[in-house]
Amino acid sequence: MALAKRIIPCLDVDNGRVVKGVNFVDIRDAGDPVEVAARYNREGADEITFLDITASSDDRETTVHMVEAIASEVFIPLTVGGGIRKVEDIRTMLNAGADKVAINTAAIHNPELVKEAAEYYGSQCIVVAIDAKKVSKEGEPDKWDIFTHGGRNDTGIDAVEWAKKMADYGAGELLVTSMDKDGTKSGFNIPLTKAIVDAVNIPVIASGGVGNLQHLADGVLKAGADAVLAASIFHFNEYTVGEAKEYMSDQGIEMRV
Amino acid sequence: MIAVIDYSMGNLHSVHKALQHVTNDNVIITSNPEEIIKADHIVFPGQGAARDCMSELNKRELVDVVKEVSTTKPFLGVCMGMQVLMEHSVEGGGIDCIGIYKGTVQHFTDHIGATDANGNRLKIPQMGWNQIKHTQDHPIWKGIKDNARFYFVHSYFVEPEDKSIIVGETDFGIHYASAIAKDNVFAIQSHPEKSADDGLQLLKNFINWDGAS
Repeated sequence: MALAKRIIPCLDVDNGRVVKGVNFVDIRDAGDPVEVAARYNREGADEITFLDITASSDDRETTVHMVEAIASEVFIPLTVGGGIRKVEDIRTMLNAGADKVAINTAAIHNPELVKEAAEYYGSQCIVVAIDAKKVSKEGEPDKWDIFTHGGRNDTGIDAVEWAKKMADYGAGELLVTSMDKDGTKSGFNIPLTKAIVDAVNIPVIASGGVGNLQHLADGVLKAGADAVLAASIFHFNEYTVGEAKEYMSDQGIEMRV
Repeated sequence: MIAVIDYSMGNLHSVHKALQHVTNDNVIITSNPEEIIKADHIVFPGQGAARDCMSELNKRELVDVVKEVSTTKPFLGVCMGMQVLMEHSVEGGGIDCIGIYKGTVQHFTDHIGATDANGNRLKIPQMGWNQIKHTQDHPIWKGIKDNARFYFVHSYFVEPEDKSIIVGETDFGIHYASAIAKDNVFAIQSHPEKSADDGLQLLKNFINWDGAS
């Protein structure tokens, strides 16, 4: 009897539709966010993450309504990310029914935002999203930097150091995405995830690269993640969330089944 | 009518939406003492720091109202709304709470190590789905299996002096009281409004409860 590991299906939403791109190009339509979220809830998802990838901020209203609609039907924790830049954005999303917000680029430009938000709303609702990419060369010790703009811009910030700093600033959880692995379906970046899991004492969500159920299990068994996030394997019905939970549970992982 | 007490601490909208989902009855969010006293069922949620909660309750002159309705109507405390029913919390150097029950609110770090007996790391806050063992029967557990998982997010837990009020227990490095009940009060550390079908069942049971345990 212990705290269960979590499976978090992720909805990447562009202009009100769930999409999934391979390395952020070749975007495929995967349906209406409210319907997709309701399906994951029925299948036993432990949480849902909703990432607004709409490029312009004009459609913020659409996102808010969508979050409201999901929160009226889906009674599991809901994290909303994408375009969270200031404390007011956090308030808007929490009032719309989000339980947590994921802060990404804004934390890099203004780390104080994380501190301020955690103090005001509590760490439990502040997730810091870390998009990391390997910068060390073959033969060198592993090193990952934080990247922005879908993995194009290197900030020069070390990912593990950044994770520690964000935990110190009051982040309640870290969502760690490997930009090398995202969309490849070749599994999580285990060394990156493990390095961050070992460096902080807050929950870490592994993200980026899931192509099969063993990948999800490896995120917990090999990297020590507290939760595993995946998008496309669930969107296109390759696997249900229920199948994933059963698979992980069969490997001895504590799950809510 | 069901009143969700608003003292600007925590995500009232989630509780409100979940209650609306399980009842056709009127669910209001209010900090108005008259409305609270008029309601048939009271939900007392909460999130954040105990000190802020107490200062908001005092500022809105809600402490006496909470005390009163907690003895007269079916009353559901959720998360921080459970903790502040105790006499005292160690949070932030120590803060006196409402004191409906004798006992204290303790921090996990003072009671558990870095891992549990099986070597699982214990990260604080506890965040995620853990089991609630029904240590006593209660109408609020109706239709909910023993050891069902609920969603938790917290760093502090209650330690009531009178162990007979404990109706649910959870294991996080230690076995702590995750649900307490006495007379017309039921209070739970997890978030039923975010605990999927079992959470909704709990809220439904509460709405159908007349307060007699």
